[in-house]
Amino acid sequence: MRRGRLIAASRNHPTYWAFVVHRLSGVLLTLFLPAHFYVLSLAIRGEASLDGFLKWTDNPLVKAAETGLIILLAAHLTGGLRLLALEFLPWRDWQKSMVALSGGVSVAIGLLFLLNAF
Amino acid sequence: MSARVDTLLWLMQRASAMILGVAVAVHLGVIVRAVRGGVTAHEIIERLQGNTAWFAFYVVFAAAVAVHGSIGLRTVLREMTPLPTRLIDSVTVILVIVLISMGWRAVAGLYGFGT
Repeated sequence: MRRGRLIAASRNHPTYWAFVVHRLSGVLLTLFLPAHFYVLSLAIRGEASLDGFLKWTDNPLVKAAETGLIILLAAHLTGGLRLLALEFLPWRDWQKSMVALSGGVSVAIGLLFLLNAF
Repeated sequence: MSARVDTLLWLMQRASAMILGVAVAVHLGVIVRAVRGGVTAHEIIERLQGNTAWFAFYVVFAAAVAVHGSIGLRTVLREMTPLPTRLIDSVTVILVIVLISMGWRAVAGLYGFGT
């Protein structure tokens, strides 16, 4: 019990949560890919076929889900750039701020999408 | 799986991440711009149809995302599940083939639309 609490406490810091977000977003985006490719390939059957699906995405609930996907993609991108900087660049103090920066940029991109979508 | 293969996969993961760093940023820009006023099939087809630069971009993008996603999923499955390594490696190989095939099929369909 005490050990469990110690592990939880040791993990409760921004870089651990950045790790969780990067993993989770990576898995969800990979699982989404086949559906994304399938929808785009509907165009092969004709414009009307793809348009039929795109009309469905006008639904506000679908747009909300799309916003979630955009935030996941932006979070995975910014989190990935943070990891590449950690692994390939010499350590600099500004890298400590990259978790906050990547979170902020991801939400900003999501909001930009939301503003344009409605 | 040998350490040599693991190292190669690590390198492929990082190389594909570097490509995706640029490609995803471009993709997000395109999405945010395209969604204004609603997305239509006509808009998507018009941008890609016969456009070699966009075709090359999406061919590389789809391949990079297929490799990156598959290797990433392999890492997660190996570190967080008790599944046998051989099964995980088989899933990885199948996934990369399926994703590249589906991605390239969609890109080719949009590029050569109507031909």
